[in-house]
Amino acid sequence: MLRLPPCSYLRPGSVDEAAELLAEHGETAMLVAGGTDLVPKMKRGQMEPELLIGLGHLAELRAVTETEEGGFEIGAGVTLAAVSGSPRLAAAYPAYTRAAALVSSPALRNVGTIGGNLCVDTRCNYYDMSFEWRQACGFCMKKDGDICRVAPASKRCRAIASSDTAPAAIALGASVVLAGPGGRRREVPVDDLYRDDGQYFLAMAADEIVQSLRLPPAGSWGSAYVKVRRRGTIDFPLAGVAVALRRSGLLVEDCRIVLTAVGSRPFDVSPAAGPLLGRELTAEVLAGADDLLAEVANEAAKVAKPLDNADLHYVWRKQMTRRAVEQAIVEAASCLPAPGGPA
Amino acid sequence: MRRAGELHVVGRALPRVEAAAKVTGSIAYADDIELPGMLSCKLLRSHHAYARIISVDTSAARAMPGVVAVITGHDLPVKYGIMPTCEDELALEHEKVRFVGDPVAAVAAVNEETALAACRAIRVDYEPLEAVGSIEQALVPPDDEPIHDYAGPANVHRLAALEFGDVDAGFAKAAHVREDVFFFEGNTHLPMEQHSATAQVVGGKVTLWSSTQDPHYVHRALSKVLGLPMGELRVVAAPHGGGFGGKCDPFSHEIAVCKLALMTGRPVKCTLTREEVFYTHRGRHPVLMWVRTGVDDDGRILAMHFRSALDGGAYGSYGPASTLYTGALQTTTYAIPAYRFEGVRVFTNKAPCGPKRGHGTPQPRFALEVHLDKLAGELGLDPVELRRRNYVKPFTRTVNWLRITSCGLSEVTDRVLEASGYEQRLRRPGHGMGFAVSSYMCGAGLPIYWNRLPHSECVLNVGRGGVTLLSGATEIGQGSDTVLATIVAEELGLGPGDIRLVTGDTGLTPVDLGSYSSRVTFMAGNAAREAGAKMRALLVKAVAEKEGCAAGEVRVAGGRIGVMSFEEAALLAEERFGTLSTRGSYTPPEGIGGRYKGAGVGPSPAYSYSAAVVDLDADERSGEIRVNKVWLGHDIGRSINELAARGQVEGGVYMGLGEALMEAQAYRDGLLRQPSMLDYKSLTFLDMPEVETILVETVDPEGPYGAKEVGQGPLLPVIPAVVSALHDALGVWVDEVPITPDKVVRVLSARSKGKEPRYGPKGFPEVPYPALVKVAPPDAATASL
Ligand SMILES: Cc1cc2nc3c(=O)[nH]c(=O)nc-3n(C[C@H](O)[C@H](O)[C@H](O)COP(=O)(O)OP(=O)(O)OC[C@H]3O[C@@H](n4cnc5c(N)ncnc54)[C@H](O)[C@@H]3O)c2cc1C
Ligand code: SF4
Repeated sequence: MLRLPPCSYLRPGSVDEAAELLAEHGETAMLVAGGTDLVPKMKRGQMEPELLIGLGHLAELRAVTETEEGGFEIGAGVTLAAVSGSPRLAAAYPAYTRAAALVSSPALRNVGTIGGNLCVDTRCNYYDMSFEWRQACGFCMKKDGDICRVAPASKRCRAIASSDTAPAAIALGASVVLAGPGGRRREVPVDDLYRDDGQYFLAMAADEIVQSLRLPPAGSWGSAYVKVRRRGTIDFPLAGVAVALRRSGLLVEDCRIVLTAVGSRPFDVSPAAGPLLGRELTAEVLAGADDLLAEVANEAAKVAKPLDNADLHYVWRKQMTRRAVEQAIVEAASCLPAPGGPA
Repeated sequence: MRRAGELHVVGRALPRVEAAAKVTGSIAYADDIELPGMLSCKLLRSHHAYARIISVDTSAARAMPGVVAVITGHDLPVKYGIMPTCEDELALEHEKVRFVGDPVAAVAAVNEETALAACRAIRVDYEPLEAVGSIEQALVPPDDEPIHDYAGPANVHRLAALEFGDVDAGFAKAAHVREDVFFFEGNTHLPMEQHSATAQVVGGKVTLWSSTQDPHYVHRALSKVLGLPMGELRVVAAPHGGGFGGKCDPFSHEIAVCKLALMTGRPVKCTLTREEVFYTHRGRHPVLMWVRTGVDDDGRILAMHFRSALDGGAYGSYGPASTLYTGALQTTTYAIPAYRFEGVRVFTNKAPCGPKRGHGTPQPRFALEVHLDKLAGELGLDPVELRRRNYVKPFTRTVNWLRITSCGLSEVTDRVLEASGYEQRLRRPGHGMGFAVSSYMCGAGLPIYWNRLPHSECVLNVGRGGVTLLSGATEIGQGSDTVLATIVAEELGLGPGDIRLVTGDTGLTPVDLGSYSSRVTFMAGNAAREAGAKMRALLVKAVAEKEGCAAGEVRVAGGRIGVMSFEEAALLAEERFGTLSTRGSYTPPEGIGGRYKGAGVGPSPAYSYSAAVVDLDADERSGEIRVNKVWLGHDIGRSINELAARGQVEGGVYMGLGEALMEAQAYRDGLLRQPSMLDYKSLTFLDMPEVETILVETVDPEGPYGAKEVGQGPLLPVIPAVVSALHDALGVWVDEVPITPDKVVRVLSARSKGKEPRYGPKGFPEVPYPALVKVAPPDAATASL
């Protein structure tokens, strides 16, 4: 079988200590939480840390607490299974818990963490291959090589943002608390975690750690996440759409749409929802009357520029992005609190 | 032959004999073998699709601490291959590499990490050659030299052109003629267990434990390549984690570990990674097919012309047989009075193809069944009715001389139609049902290399150690141990769990050709039954003599032989006759096939029959297909163990659906697109529908207790039934499998633009077929047996 290359492993006593270690060891060190993304990639030589800094044992990363303002704060070390199995979270943030429930498979969700999911590597089928395969291919810009195999003219890597939970977190207006060395803490919107570059896709500093995810009060938002993939389980998204909706009376007051797996970062394409604002989501509209949803979906999917570096034909992936936008709006509408209910 | 009512264990739904060990994890698979002082072996594989090897420098690897031995092609210069007509493989190539993954060197080291590092330290100088990537490209003169110099023209490996009866005259008489073109993408076996082999040398003699399906053929190849007499080699088929045809060839890693064990004097193990399993392959050939059929006004077939072009990958493997199989079994379901088959297999720079469950027949079955659906549509006939009008009759001979005996084609058809409600189906948008039939062999009538040995032999011993059956058959997950134990138990009045099995060990068991072509139940089963019946006769005779009664009065059942317990009877018989050891063997009867060149492929002592109905919903917008249920009727002759038989049917349906909907061993620029279990798509639990299995027992006159096969046949009708159901649902034809959702969307959008509602290959290439070998069909007297 594929062997894990030798490396050292340190078990810090706290998040602060982990951040210190990261700062001290620089590029040669990497954090590991559940290891479900990192470990297979180390076996394939896609990542070659000399030192792993473990987070999985840190109790301070595993808490789920209600915040003062009525939202939730979820530790980065909480597993996807814990999130998706939480009725409290599911009631308030269906898009987020649904996204967590759709990641990979039950076994992987039992160890994979929400922090690891936000930081999950971008994907490309020229890159998610063994060392030998990539050697046969001549390597590529993202690792060990210098050109992009799927888009040779591209100056940057076009690997695909593949986190299921990131678009849901962005649509729900969530932020992350980042821990740095010396007890430093800062809070940034999840959207600001990412860059549209398959190689350098995270915008946080190399010595920062995602400590927790903060979800604002659910209020009267309804939300949904729709994932396009080949099979009923295990597969990464070929497109993912998170929608969060809010009404005022019967009319749509706000609608956020965030896409994943259609570029190197999640895309907030909420302006595309413009035509929905001030409209009533009648059964006819949701069933496709007036082509209102189609109009929104077409506009929303404009950013999607799939390439031949994932499963199935890229034209189909783009078509499915539109459909997923429509479905996500319909699903989000179905879980809106009744008008006049709790605000 | 005893009648059904008199059978005690045959036919019951008992747990498989090895099930407990498998589900509790106590079984030791090949990779579980650990021997003192054992070394790990890794193979260095080519990263070029096609290149000449200029030099191989192993000095840096040899100098690494922990590396014990390094070998290259020069250490194993003898060519081999499963088929005597194309022995074109070297365990390690030293002149040319022909696909990404072709082995070049092997390292034995103290552990796998070191062996891998040493492989990476080997310097190979390559001169890249222009790779051949498709059937079309392989048919035209290559830019560089052909992939093999024994083949040609261009990169043609094998050609076949056969005609039975007067096909032109048949077409001339036909009221309707239809032509279609189809493509079946290649796919692979995807066993749960990766191949693993361990060799040990004791007293100069080599023992190899391997996850192989046919130790006998590995034994022969080892003897040839290592230059050792067969008596100095022993090949043991280790408990198996799945074969499906992928462990039927002798492989580089098996030969390399033997060589390294001989050189180092230490045991050596090589376990492939999942990616290497994809390169080792020998899976389903990609096949392009063209079929033309002429029928009369009633839809009766008058003539058929079938062409196939197989993308063989880089080596011969079972290729000549695979080629002929794409043309052989069209006639075992439909009575075709005049039939022409032209086949070609080409070499390309891809992992070599070979046998996979249904060997060479799922592709033409898909083409033939979908073609008949279209023909029925054109004639305004119900597709089931069109088929029924052409079904073969039991106890007849086909135009290509195959002997048909028991045949439950009508019964399996009736049963699946009735159970599924196919004919009364309700119409709702996006919903469809499809129907198809098929047939498969119960063991190939001829061995892979010419010899007169029985195809299966076994020895049955009874003594203080209990009852032990020695058989060369190999349990590969298909249930062969259960079948053999049940048969012996039936003969001796015991339970399957009372029988100890020693199987698949060339040092201990008599010859058996192996677990392929669905041959074990029929052939090894008959051999075991013969040995069992002889043993039973000895025990009965001893008891009858002692009791002073007639042998016919001694009842054998429930652990008793007449008035005695089995043990008492066994002791008595041993006192009376000496060592209790009986033998059985099986050789297929003469005259089950023709005598023309190419007649070796297709004949079998019996054929199983299957019918499938697939029920699915297809989404017009996304092209996504949800299979709701599959009904699978299978003429098994008689089931030896009903539970195991149902398991085989469900496994066959599972694999068939995977091939129909997603499985593809596909390449991009010479590189495999999906060499991992995440990227090579096969159905997950959540994609697998309910399967309703209907076993039909036609009680074959020659099968053990009337049994036929169930390991491969049930896969075959599933694929065309899916295509047919999709047409029923959306009104479009997808003439290429797998039917992925992007293809469905493309054909739907083509239709909305007024184009032909079809997705599939446009045409069939020019092939330099040789002159037709014309074979006179059997005369009327021979044709009805
Ligand atoms: C077969 C398979 C299928 C999968 N399918 C999906 C899928 O459908 N959708 C999907 O989104 N993912 C999928 N994954 C990827 C992965 O399992 C999940 O993303 C998981 O949530 C990662 O969490 P982890 O704790 O295991 O991360 P790890 O593997 O431990 O870490 C992942 C990355 O995040 C970094 N990291 C981890 N924790 C932190 C932190 N607190 N702060 C900063 N950096 C951190 C690590 O250094 C590493 O780079 C799949 C993986 C496999 C093997
Ligand atoms: S997008 Fe280009 S650079 Fe990035 S991983 Fe794929 S091939 Fe490599």
